[in-house]
Amino acid sequence: MADIQNLKTIASQIRRDVIRMIHKPASGHPGGSLGCADFFTALYFDTLRLDPNKFNMNGIGEDVFFLSNGHLSAVWYSALARKGFFEISELSTFRILNTRLQGHPTTAEHLPGIRIASGSLGQGLSVACGTALAKKLNGDNHLVFTLHGDGELQEGQIWEAVMYAAAKKVDNIIATVDYNGQQIDGPVDQVLSLGNLKAKWLAFGWDVVEMNGNVMEEVVKGFAEAKSRTGKGKPIVILMKTEMGMGVDFMMGTHKWHGKAPNNDEFARAMDQLPATIGDF
Amino acid sequence: MKKIVSTGNKDTRSGFGAGLHELGKKNPNVVALCADLIGSLKMDDFVKDFPERFFQTGIAEANMIGIAAGLTIGGKIPFTGTFASFATGRVYDQIRQSIAYSKKNVKICASHAGITLGEDGATHQIMEDIGLMKMLPNMVVINPADYNQTKAATLAIADYEGPVYLRFGRPVVPNFTPADEPFIIGKAITMIEGSDVSIFATGHLLWKAIEAAEILEEQGIHAEVINIHTIKPLDDDAILKSVTKTGCVVSAEEHLMNGGLGDSIAQLLARKLPRPLEMVAVNDSFGESGKPEELLKKFGLEASNIVDAVKKAIARK
Repeated sequence: MADIQNLKTIASQIRRDVIRMIHKPASGHPGGSLGCADFFTALYFDTLRLDPNKFNMNGIGEDVFFLSNGHLSAVWYSALARKGFFEISELSTFRILNTRLQGHPTTAEHLPGIRIASGSLGQGLSVACGTALAKKLNGDNHLVFTLHGDGELQEGQIWEAVMYAAAKKVDNIIATVDYNGQQIDGPVDQVLSLGNLKAKWLAFGWDVVEMNGNVMEEVVKGFAEAKSRTGKGKPIVILMKTEMGMGVDFMMGTHKWHGKAPNNDEFARAMDQLPATIGDF
Repeated sequence: MKKIVSTGNKDTRSGFGAGLHELGKKNPNVVALCADLIGSLKMDDFVKDFPERFFQTGIAEANMIGIAAGLTIGGKIPFTGTFASFATGRVYDQIRQSIAYSKKNVKICASHAGITLGEDGATHQIMEDIGLMKMLPNMVVINPADYNQTKAATLAIADYEGPVYLRFGRPVVPNFTPADEPFIIGKAITMIEGSDVSIFATGHLLWKAIEAAEILEEQGIHAEVINIHTIKPLDDDAILKSVTKTGCVVSAEEHLMNGGLGDSIAQLLARKLPRPLEMVAVNDSFGESGKPEELLKKFGLEASNIVDAVKKAIARK
């Protein structure tokens, strides 16, 4: 049984890491990272079966995660560092020349925890299908997880992969959609509405789980529910409602903090709202 | 002059199919993917004998490229198959991010490259693909000359760790390289030795270059013909050595001048050994419908065009 209070403690620190990482180079994407801090905490500290000290590219014998919306790199790097994939102090190098913590995730710098580059949207679900198929060929019963933005679902390749995974019964995938309703140019409903998103996934033949991605109990429960439905002939998608900018009041309820760094004043105000629970990097 | 003999006409894509089938038997990690073109890519035997290692993606090339990248995570060696047009331009960003930048061990195998696919016309006749692929860091670009060499190249790239673009074609063409010749990535092969001009040819145009050399020999011009089956990494040493001897150059390829083999050679020579260079290639144009031989004639990719280019290059010495 997950220690919910402990997960909340880690999530608060991860949010704080995100703001500090983005403030230093004055560059990055705080909104989605803050919204998904609870997701990444539950994923790495409760759900995924893996050993950060034994990271290897093939990922055989462990669960594998792909970040398809690569601009959430800050929160992913923080979760990886806090989990022990690399030194926490390295978070201070985010987006700075010669860093392994590139603006968007890459394998080119050999950062433990990362198995493919992402940033150009819409590619992660296809990659996940491939790794899930490799797991089946290898007789490896571990799972493949992904995260996608809701705006990212406007990319056609996503629906190629959605069609493929259902038709070919790739039932060892758990995809999650960060359903925060915001994208760079404004609310998703205004930019290009996704329509009835749940009905779309169901019509394509996926099993759908819904959860509030900013309530830790729900996230832990949602992952457990999704895992219980794997291996039954259908891929699983979690439609995860989140609030962009969650945890920093002036970053919430707007798309404007998608890709904008806080200035010094905003940084101080954000830090005041995010307790340093287990120590800053 | 050494006489090079064809053992008969065969398509290079069948060389790929035969190589892939052999790999299926040899290497359990080799898997194959196809976007609804199994017959055209000659993948039938692999599909029949190794169904559990074959993935039909339907007409969804972007997804196919992503799945291939994902399969490498788990130790597989994926070979993707579709037409060159859909294997490169259509999925450039997927290749760029998920394969080249991520340095994944995917073999992008592309048939119907160039103009000689014939009647289907310009939508399918990609002549930019070498350029597109060679510009990607980490990507190896191979364009074998005949059936035997395509088969050998298919086997060889499975043993190379990293992204590869393997380009071949649709029509039957002379099969003349030795069946037992091992394929060494990046190592040019001298077909005919000569002293007056270096002809560097790739793919289907290698046979045209050999025919041109025979015509030139009758006219007292001794052409050196070198098979550049690997455009990237380019065999700089072999090229510079030959050009040092001959003093002028002709490149020949079934591709646009922009971005092709001639372009790579020009870059090398401009930096290291400036010498007259003539290019036999398609000049900034899309293709059109017609029979392969008619198209080669119309677009200036015949032996006679190489002969003319040689004379121009020699005159510029």
